[in-house]
Amino acid sequence: MTATLLAEQILNGLQFGVMLFLMAAGLTLVFGVMGLINLAHGSLYMIGAFAAAAVAGATGSFLLALAAAMSAAAAAGALVERFVIRRLYDRDHLDQVLATFALILVFSEGTRWLFGSFPLHLDIPPALKGPVTLPGGIEYPRYRLALIAIGLAVAAGLGLLIARTRLGIRIRAGENDREMIAALGVDISTLYTVVFALGAALAGLAGALVGAIQSVQVGMGEPVLILAFVVIVIGGIGSIRGALVGALLVGLTDTLGGIFLPRFFGLFLDPSSAANVGASLASMAIYILMAVVLVWRPTGLYGARA
Amino acid sequence: MREGAVNAVLLAGLVAFPIWAQAADEPFLITLATRAVILALAAVGLNIALGWGGMVSLGHAAFFGIGGYAMGILAFHAQTYAPLMEWPFVIEGTKSMPVIWLVAVVASALAALGIGLLSLRTTGVYFIMITLAFGQMLYYFTISWTAYGGEDGMSIYVRNGFPGLNTLVPVEFYGLCLAILLLVLALNAALVRAPFGLALNAARQSPERVRTVGIDPGRLQLAAFVLSGAITGLAGALFADLNRFVSPSMLSWQMSGELIVFVILGGTARLFGPVAGAILFVALEHLLGGVSDYWHVFLGALLLLVVLFARGGLVGFLAGRVR
Repeated sequence: MTATLLAEQILNGLQFGVMLFLMAAGLTLVFGVMGLINLAHGSLYMIGAFAAAAVAGATGSFLLALAAAMSAAAAAGALVERFVIRRLYDRDHLDQVLATFALILVFSEGTRWLFGSFPLHLDIPPALKGPVTLPGGIEYPRYRLALIAIGLAVAAGLGLLIARTRLGIRIRAGENDREMIAALGVDISTLYTVVFALGAALAGLAGALVGAIQSVQVGMGEPVLILAFVVIVIGGIGSIRGALVGALLVGLTDTLGGIFLPRFFGLFLDPSSAANVGASLASMAIYILMAVVLVWRPTGLYGARA
Repeated sequence: MREGAVNAVLLAGLVAFPIWAQAADEPFLITLATRAVILALAAVGLNIALGWGGMVSLGHAAFFGIGGYAMGILAFHAQTYAPLMEWPFVIEGTKSMPVIWLVAVVASALAALGIGLLSLRTTGVYFIMITLAFGQMLYYFTISWTAYGGEDGMSIYVRNGFPGLNTLVPVEFYGLCLAILLLVLALNAALVRAPFGLALNAARQSPERVRTVGIDPGRLQLAAFVLSGAITGLAGALFADLNRFVSPSMLSWQMSGELIVFVILGGTARLFGPVAGAILFVALEHLLGGVSDYWHVFLGALLLLVVLFARGGLVGFLAGRVR
């Protein structure tokens, strides 16, 4: 065990965490403002990744690919909000779960229809290839470092948007009292569409960014979606700050658990059973974290309302 | 009363179908029908928590999988002649269905007790997500459990036995599964009319009022959740026996989603709702799957239409609103 390894794993955990934040931010905004639980958020992530892979394949430009990912996901989000999601705001959560589960089936199989079952490839842009040497002599992939920077920048931007802009004021007002801001003359249905599209664009961005280090394939969104749920449950549903803290906690727990739990059990078990026990526990670590947080605080770390 | 008629037709269909398939010499259809009956049993279990108890569990695949693994592990040890454990006392594997069912029911009930105790501290969306997360936790656990096949799952070479029956004959295994489904439905019907069922129904509609008359709604819900998990676990053991295969995919969250789909497609809090839903789903899978590889698109679209415009599901559509 070296300090270099520890630093590398902490950076990996941060990178994973900020990408989870991009997913969780949209989910938590949509829940906070519209009271909607959206299982199809993972499909928007997938749409972002596929749009990026298609555009990068056609033009070779990573920036264009990112733009395409965000616009495709935002457009898909806005369309879905207009034609389906809008009818679900007044329904109970069961109907929302079911309808958005149905949307996953449509999006996943629709994408398979369009692009086929083989994973697509999305290249890391040449400028971000290779490792950088950090202070202390740590070699770390430049692209992953860029992901951390982008994630933190988006988090800061989102914080400013919510705290300082007119749209942010409306979003916060919408979280507190929907009827009241409608009565004050805010076009609430446009606000809903905008919030949904904003969340979708963030999911699409995450899909494209992660798509370059993993493969772009149908079904890539669902595992991330479930982790994002864990994140917002830990952070408190509706809270952006909670989403950030929760995402970093989950990212670090998952990454560090995967590395250090097998080593920890290696101290007093024989190597093969230590590897087994450690791997099992590591794969469950974030869910155990969530259970602990909920027993301690049933509405999450920053959740005010039940 | 129309609901009674719908139920009677469904029941008659379930009994008549294998006789017809046998006459038409289509053993594959009997296996398909067995699948529908077992999935219906799992959904009947979920319906107790979701329909009558109002607990939207998105993690019921966990209990389904626990039942499956109970069968897989016991049969695996029986076919390798290696005892399950030797200390402090010897436990051998078994190929006997009744023993396997008992283990499946007890194991999934215990799991439901643990998960329910923690999850029922929360309500609404938090409950949905926590049950989902517990489901994922067990899913990843089975993936990393290399002793029993890990990600690949494990195959059981010969279907387990039931005294007096040859379970290898499709129609006999179908009859066994149908008998269990009917038994559980009868239990379910009795339960709904019993004081427990009435109190549970009331606890869903207004926990405060139930509390005022001196009943703890949390304990009612926990009991219903445990019963629900146990039934779904039993279905899991049968499902594993049908396929002679268990794998982590039985615990995947898509499985949990599909179980909810069965309940809603058929009709929430209707005795035969999950049965109708599971039959419809398996039939659609068979028919649409033959037309297009991408049949999930149509399933998704159909499901959307049902949720948006046809609330009450198939049984609700045929039998009208609840009195």
